[in-house]
Amino acid sequence: MEALILEGTPKTPHVHFDAATGRLELKGRSIPENSIDYYKPLITWVDRYAREPRPSTVLHIQLEYFNTSSSKCILDLFKKLEIVRTAGNEVVVNWHYEEDDEDMLEAGEDYQAIINIPFKMIQIEEVDGH
Amino acid sequence: MLDRIYDLYDELEQRRVMLSFKGDLSEELVSALLGLVERKMSILEPDARMRKRVFNVAMECLQNLYHHNTRLELADAEGSATNIPHGVVMIMHHDKGYSVLTGNFVADKDVHLLKDHLDRINAMAPEELRGFYQQTLANGRYTNSGGGGLGIIDIARKSGQKLEYGFVPFDTENAFFSLNVNVTN
Repeated sequence: MEALILEGTPKTPHVHFDAATGRLELKGRSIPENSIDYYKPLITWVDRYAREPRPSTVLHIQLEYFNTSSSKCILDLFKKLEIVRTAGNEVVVNWHYEEDDEDMLEAGEDYQAIINIPFKMIQIEEVDGH
Repeated sequence: MLDRIYDLYDELEQRRVMLSFKGDLSEELVSALLGLVERKMSILEPDARMRKRVFNVAMECLQNLYHHNTRLELADAEGSATNIPHGVVMIMHHDKGYSVLTGNFVADKDVHLLKDHLDRINAMAPEELRGFYQQTLANGRYTNSGGGGLGIIDIARKSGQKLEYGFVPFDTENAFFSLNVNVTN
């Protein structure tokens, strides 16, 4: 299965989903006006991956901003991975947030509260150079 | 009108308006406005958390303007909605923080639902609001704009204050909806 690689833009995240290693990355910003269209190929990819997953999958989320229309789509990604986990595979979400960005930490905890996948909260230094 | 230009400029200056726009919105314009918000905030605001909150609120408010443009055209016999997003947005800087103000048309028939949603959110304490967000996120439903009704809840969480809003009758089918979101420390 081919990796899904999408370059990041000012409104959409950098995506690197690698079926060979089970490492899935979503980085940057997710603030498109039409999130459902944007996420369609990502969800399709994870759906296919879920049929033949690696024994261990790690989803790295490192978002600076995401809008509420992306949040439902991100939840859909988690739900696909929840199925992978229920099937007996290891799945972990590494949720990165910038130091002092309590809102992003809370956003991760909000997902944690409704999704049955272990989350690891990882604090990182501010990336935008202010 | 010519003599009003300076007055307009002066008022914007006095009220410390850092951004103001009125008109039709496109995806490109929303991007440009957000770029402007981000640049201005990086100059004005030393606190990273405040910068992000203002950007977040502006982003959701613009998203709302972009998606909720249900003004019914009276010229159209069937009363169909116009499909060009239209509205006004203003961001003001004040001593305690920032205010993001938006205005757009809402069909009269939708006013009741929107008002109930806002009142419900305004009545909630921060932890209740968080629970409501999680519950709305988890219900798995999508709305036309994709957010499934999360937008205003998120705006209220980032603001941390009651949302100020108003409806002004516009014509027989529509009202003008104004929203003021304060973001303070």
